[in-house]
Order: sequence, then structure tokens, then C-alpha cells
Amino acid sequence: MTETSGQPDVLIVGAGIVGAACALEFVVSGLTVTVVEAAVVGGGATAAGMGHIVVMDDSEAQFQLTNYSEGLWQELAPQLPADCEYLPCGTMWVAADEEEFAEVLRKHQFYSTRNVPSQILNGPDLAEAEPKLRPGLAGGLLVPGDGVVYAPCVARYLLEEAEKRGARVCARQQVAAIGEGVVTLSDGSSLSAGLVVNAAGTAARTLVPGLDIQPRKGHLLITDRYPGFVRHQLIELGYLKSAHSLTSDSVAFNVQPRLTGQLLIGSSRQYGLEDPAVDYPILSRMLRRAVEYMPELAQVSGIRVWTGFRAATADKLPLIGRAPGFSRVYIASGHEGLGITTALGTAKLLVDQILDRPSAIPREPYLVERNFPPHA
Amino acid sequence: MTPGSSAASASSTLEGANIEARVDIAIVGAGPAGMAAACSAATAGSNVVVFDDNPSAGGQIWRGLGGESSEASESARRWLRRFRRSGASLQAGSRVIGCGPMPKSLLVESQEGVRVVPYRRLILATGARELFLPFPGWTLPNVFGVGGIQALAKSGLSVETKRVVVAGTGPLLLAVAAYLRTHGAQVSVIAEQASFGALAWFSRHLLRFPSKISEAVQLQSKLFGIPYCCGTWVESASGDRRVESVTIRQGQHRWIEPCDYLAIGYGFHSNLELPALFGCEIRRTAVIVDGLQRSTVEDVYCAGEPTGIGGVDLALAEGEIAGYAAAGLLDKAVAMQPARERWRRFAVALEGAFAPRPELRSLPQADTIVCRCEDVSWGRIQAKTSWRSAKLHARCGMGPCQGRICGPALEFLKGWGSESVRPPIFPTTVGNLTELEMRSSTDRGAGPRQAAHDPE
Amino acid sequence: MREAAASVLLTVNGEAIRVKPGVTVAAAILTAGQTAFRTSVSNQPRGALCGMGVCMECRVTINGRAHQKSCQVPCAEGMVIDSE
Repeated sequence: MTETSGQPDVLIVGAGIVGAACALEFVVSGLTVTVVEAAVVGGGATAAGMGHIVVMDDSEAQFQLTNYSEGLWQELAPQLPADCEYLPCGTMWVAADEEEFAEVLRKHQFYSTRNVPSQILNGPDLAEAEPKLRPGLAGGLLVPGDGVVYAPCVARYLLEEAEKRGARVCARQQVAAIGEGVVTLSDGSSLSAGLVVNAAGTAARTLVPGLDIQPRKGHLLITDRYPGFVRHQLIELGYLKSAHSLTSDSVAFNVQPRLTGQLLIGSSRQYGLEDPAVDYPILSRMLRRAVEYMPELAQVSGIRVWTGFRAATADKLPLIGRAPGFSRVYIASGHEGLGITTALGTAKLLVDQILDRPSAIPREPYLVERNFPPHA
Repeated sequence: MTPGSSAASASSTLEGANIEARVDIAIVGAGPAGMAAACSAATAGSNVVVFDDNPSAGGQIWRGLGGESSEASESARRWLRRFRRSGASLQAGSRVIGCGPMPKSLLVESQEGVRVVPYRRLILATGARELFLPFPGWTLPNVFGVGGIQALAKSGLSVETKRVVVAGTGPLLLAVAAYLRTHGAQVSVIAEQASFGALAWFSRHLLRFPSKISEAVQLQSKLFGIPYCCGTWVESASGDRRVESVTIRQGQHRWIEPCDYLAIGYGFHSNLELPALFGCEIRRTAVIVDGLQRSTVEDVYCAGEPTGIGGVDLALAEGEIAGYAAAGLLDKAVAMQPARERWRRFAVALEGAFAPRPELRSLPQADTIVCRCEDVSWGRIQAKTSWRSAKLHARCGMGPCQGRICGPALEFLKGWGSESVRPPIFPTTVGNLTELEMRSSTDRGAGPRQAAHDPE
Repeated sequence: MREAAASVLLTVNGEAIRVKPGVTVAAAILTAGQTAFRTSVSNQPRGALCGMGVCMECRVTINGRAHQKSCQVPCAEGMVIDSE
């Protein structure tokens, strides 16, 4: 690698969807950018996940970030090329029984007071909206503003737009270490910049030690084409039944239609694992759960199973901000299962901080300081 | 369905799965290599089970072996007799779709569903598939592989009175042209891309293999009157909704040949999915094996085309060695090694003579489909820098064939190696994957199912 | 008819055809003179290519089940086969 005479204002480590979104936001805001990517653009968790764009209500902070971001997606959508497969199919939260239906009502209330459109469906309405769901479910909540997108192509698109505006991409270069305004590559050379942004997903924690980011393994299965089988992204509300555990393996019913007519079936979460091999027992549990909700899935042809690792933090909120102990290193990682949704909002919040301009939503909940273990 | 278990200890059981008794030596593939391995392994008295997707043994080259109207060679029939008498058992209609959920086990699918088959030793004899190279019009209906048209004919397709162009490369062109003619087809031309010089060189090598010479002479007589053109290839196929003619190129000369069927194939590509899934080391599209056909994974052997395309005689020799070695009869395995070395030399000659020529790289045009499952054209793939980026950004290889057709083509066109394989290696129903949970026997009646509500 | 015992009757895209026992669905479709097994994602007609269950081009719907590889399925009496 040869250093150019003028170092970039910002060097971004990782061209996943978060890194790519940051790259574009930085150049649009007038900064010069270099992005360093070890493998294929959008080839990490960006490619492994479901590409779901969803407004969440687990906490106010999570709601703010996902809602803000979803608005940015809706603005971006018309410009996305066809291969990004943006599909505004909405999310249908599925309630199996009365207890879960109470959650439907609560969620509806939560979204209404925050001007997010949602629609309550009773059992018969749900059956009409999604005929392949098993009979006897209590109902659901439709959030029509949600959608799905094919994220690797979005990452590529955002990066190309950044390149058109002067961003540089160093492809197939692995970053081994991050320092103040400098990264060291695995070939020993180094690149300097005004600032470094660590958007390296699960690898972020190896590049800036001290970040509490844990890999959370997930499985997905994609099917052959069955157009019309599922109309919305479907997610169960059954989590209410579980002891909300942070340490044991879990599965949840989660099915998504793609523009191609294929179905993407998930989801699973496992802790503390780094082996990417398919885990048949948990895959089996995940698929069994899916078949319980949609019995005809049992006959559907599955063509591929894969695993991926989400970058997870203890409080389920991403890290967006300056790395403690550094003045020229920033973090944009730890998005768990919401990386696609919140990539655009993350980029805005990060650039806001660096350019010291106001943000559309409070940025405190995502600052990195909270994530570092307290000093002894 | 009986989950294996022990009641008293805390060992794991497989919930709901159909687990079979452990097999001594499991063999995947009942083609020549698999049959030979089964015969030799069974001589040691081991419990040998062969799994094959097809309804009977024989693989591709001996498809339909043992049927009433079988036109198999004497050698093939002899091997079938040996196989049937060997004591090995054949589970036909059984497709291995992945590793099983516990170490040293297979996940096998058949019409009845899936089952888990534990094994002590495994021999992978998964054979090969045809290599297809894209050209304008290759996706038209009635364009078949060379082995493909023969497979279809053997399973009931009538070729009588059909005008067929046979094209591509390799001795298979002659064998299939002869077969088609015997069954009433009009083979108008055999277009072999190898040059005259390459074929002459190959013929000299043939002199060392008398059995091959007699095969060649027999074929010659069956093919009398059919033009066999070397240095010749199909440039494009045309037709409205099915192939009606092809444009053939030889040097600077081109001509149009009308046809009902085009049979075109450029050699073979090994079926490496299962060896890859098991973690066997693979270099340049061949599984690495030692003198006893052992792969780099303990207790996993590999024989036949997956160790390197080499034809039926090499497959038989490798199969025998793998079978003896897996059964512990090392002296007998070693005794077969000279035969294998001999057939390896033939394989090298085959590879040298019939390697696809560089001109074939300029056949696809920007709008020529390369990935047939996803309709990804050459224009969209050309600018990509790796197989993975072609896959992630253009969907190439994401369809049901999982890159089996476009992968080897792109290897030739762009020099790309495909990336790691994902299970299941063949599509299977979601239902078939729902019976593989493990639960410890002390965990019976576990508490409420846990669920994670976070999306993705 | 005496011949009926030695042949299998099936329906291919609405057309009734008779084939010998043991014939695969792919061979039956081609025998019926039909060439398009399926329509590709960009609406091209496609038919069998590899004949051995690898290329997935010969997929048809058999008795209502989608995505069956017709070159690997033997014909059975009364089968209803539809292009995809």
C-alpha cells in the first residue's frame, strides 16, 4: 500500500452496510474518506442476516434509533437499484394466544403515541392476511412501514455512491490494529487518517480491546421460489413465555418473503460460539418452530442453510461514538440483529458527533463509554 | 423411530430422529468406484452399506446396469455380479444431503424422509458431473449434455429419427454418438474442440492401453459415415423456444447445422460437495488422498472422480484400494497400487488432450446467461473480482443447483475457485430438517420453550 | 386393451400420454413433444440439461408438489405433471 500525500479525513474499517453507510454520509458532509475492506463488500453479517427493516419497541432508545433509521430508508428506497430488492412488505407480529394478544395491544399503543402506523388484526383478519399461518392464532399487529432489503447490494450501492463523490476503497486489505488516527494492515504497512471509524462488526472488539461486543450465532434457511406463500415479514411474539435469558440458546419463528419469491426462515441465537458450522439440533428446533406456525412449510424445498454472527452488546443498543481512551478513533458496531435497520441512522449520528452538529434523536444511549467495563 | 439413548446416564439423545444402527463402512455412490470399494471392503466381512440416489447401481457411466435391455459392457456386467455377491448392501433412492448431527454420521434422505446413519469408516465415491460452458443459445430447450442425452435416452427418451449434433470434448462424444445412432438418431456431426495434434498425441498414448484401443476400434465401426471434426466447436445455438440449429466453427470456417437436439459437454467436474462438507482438503478441484485413498479427515476415504477426473478404470482401481484399506486389508490395498498408477497415466493423457481451448472463453456474450438458476448474464458477472462477489452482488450460484453448473464454468472463464459449500448439499424439504434436535436424557420434560423475539 | 397393462398413463400440462413403465417424467415430457419444463426467472423457456439431477432445469410440479426434478422421478400411473 502506498500512502497518498494527503491523508483522508476519515478511514473506515469495514465495508459492511454500516461502514458503507458511514462512508457515504461522510463524503456527502464534505469529508474525504478511505474505506478498508478485508473481503467482499457487504460480505459479513450484512450478507448473513435477514435484511429486515423494522421499528422496535424494546426500549425508548431502540425505538428512537430504529424509527429514525426507517424514515431514512424510506427516503432512500426510490433511489435503490433493482438488485437491492427493497420490498415494503411490512412486519406482522404474530400472537398465538390471549397473553400474546395483550402484547399486540400494548405495542399498538406504544407505536400510536409515537406516530408509527400499525394495525391490530384479530384471528380471522390475520388468517386472511396470511393464509398459510396455522388456524387458531389469536391475531397480530401489522406495521406497514417496515420492509426487507437485500443488504449486500445496498452496501455496494452506498459505497459506489461514496466513490463517485471521491471516497477511496482499499479492497482485500485486512486491518490488524487500530491506533490514534492510524490503522496497521496485516502486511505490516499502515494508513493514517484524521480519524478512524471501527465498523468491523464482530471483529470490532479485536481491533479496539475493551469493547464488550459478543458474537451471537444465528442460522437461516432459504427456500426455492414460492411466490405468494408469505406476504409480510412474520415474527412471533412468543418471547413473552420465556425467561428472558441472555445465556441460553433460543429460537423464534421468523419468516420473510423475498422479491424472488423465496422464503427466508429464521431465527436462532446462540451465545459464546465462534464455530460457523451448521448446528443441526438448533436448526432443527428453529425449523420445527416455523412449521408449528406455518404447517405447509414442512413440504417446502429448502436449498441452503447458513450461519452468521451478530455483533451483540449487553444492553442491545449499538455503539456509536468515540472510543474511550482515544481522541481519533470512533466505533460504529454492536448492532446485533438491527444492523440493516439502523445503518443509515448510525451513519448520521456518527457524522453529527464528529462535525459537532445536532442530531435528530438523542445520541447518549449509544455512546461507547457505557459499554466499557468500569475501571477497577 | 427410535432415538438412540441410555436411560440412566446424562448422554444425549436425538429427539425424533430415525437413527440407524452403525455401519462399519459407509460408501456414498454406487458407480464404479463405489461398487469396487464395496466389493473389496466386504471381503473382510465388514458390514458395508452403499448409498446412491439412483434406483440401481452403476452411477452415470453404467446407468441402467442390470436392466433387461442393458447394453452394458462385459466389464460392467462382471462388476455388477461381483457387487451383488459381495455381501455389501445397496440402499438405492437414498441421497446423502449432509453430515449427520453427531460426529461420524451421515444425513440420508429418501422418499420416506431423513435418517441418520452412523459409520465407523466412510468412503466418498460421489463421481462427477458434466462440465458445461456457456455460449449464446445454450439455455434453449433440447440442448442437453452429452452424458445428459444418454442418461435421458436410457430413462425413456426416444431419439429415433432425431437429428442430433454431438459437440464438446472427450471420448464420451464418440461413445454417445454411437449410442444415439444405434437407437435410431441421425447424428449429423461430432464437433470435438481438441485439435488434430492433441488427438494424434492422445492416440499415441492409447497404444499403451490395449483395452482402450479395442474400444476405440469398435466405436469407429459404429460411427462410420458421421463426420468427426476436430478443432471444431459450437459457437451458438438458435431457435424459437427450442434449439433448431447451431452455428459450428472450425478455424475461420463457420457453418449452420440444423438439428432437433444438441448434445454438448466439455468433460467432467468432480462432485466435491460432500468431501468439502466433511472438511477434506481439496486442491485444484481434486480431493487430496494418500496412497491408500485416505483423505485429510480421519476415517474418510475418497475414490474415483473426486480425487481427479480419470475415467472408469482409474475409478475401479481407486475404489478397490479404498475398500481394502478401509477394511484393514492393507496388503491387498497396496497390491492394487500399480494398476492405479497405470490408469493415472491414462487420466493425465485424457486431461492433456481434451482440455477446453482458450477460444471457448470468448463464446459468451454480454447477454449470455451464465447462472441458469438465477438468469445472471455474463455481462453482470464479467466485472466482478471473485466468485463470492459474483454470488453476493449478482446472485450467481444462489439458486437450487448451488453453483454446480455455473461454478465450474466460471472456473474456466475467470479462474475463480468456488467458496465453501453449505448444507444441505441437495435441496430437501424443511420438514426433513426438523427431526434432528438433541436433548440430554436427564432433560426430559424440559420447561417452556424459549424464544428470542429480536428480529433476525 | 392388452397394451394398457404394459404402459403408464399420465397427464402432462393437460395432455394425456402413455409411456412404458420405468420411463422418467423428463423422458415422458420430451416424448410428448413438450420442450419447456419450466419458465426461468426472466421468463425464458427451459428444459432438461444434465439428465442426472444436478442442474435443476427439469423441475416440474408433480401431483401438486412443486420443484420436483423430473429426470429423477419414474412415471407412475395417474401422475399429473405441470410446467412451472
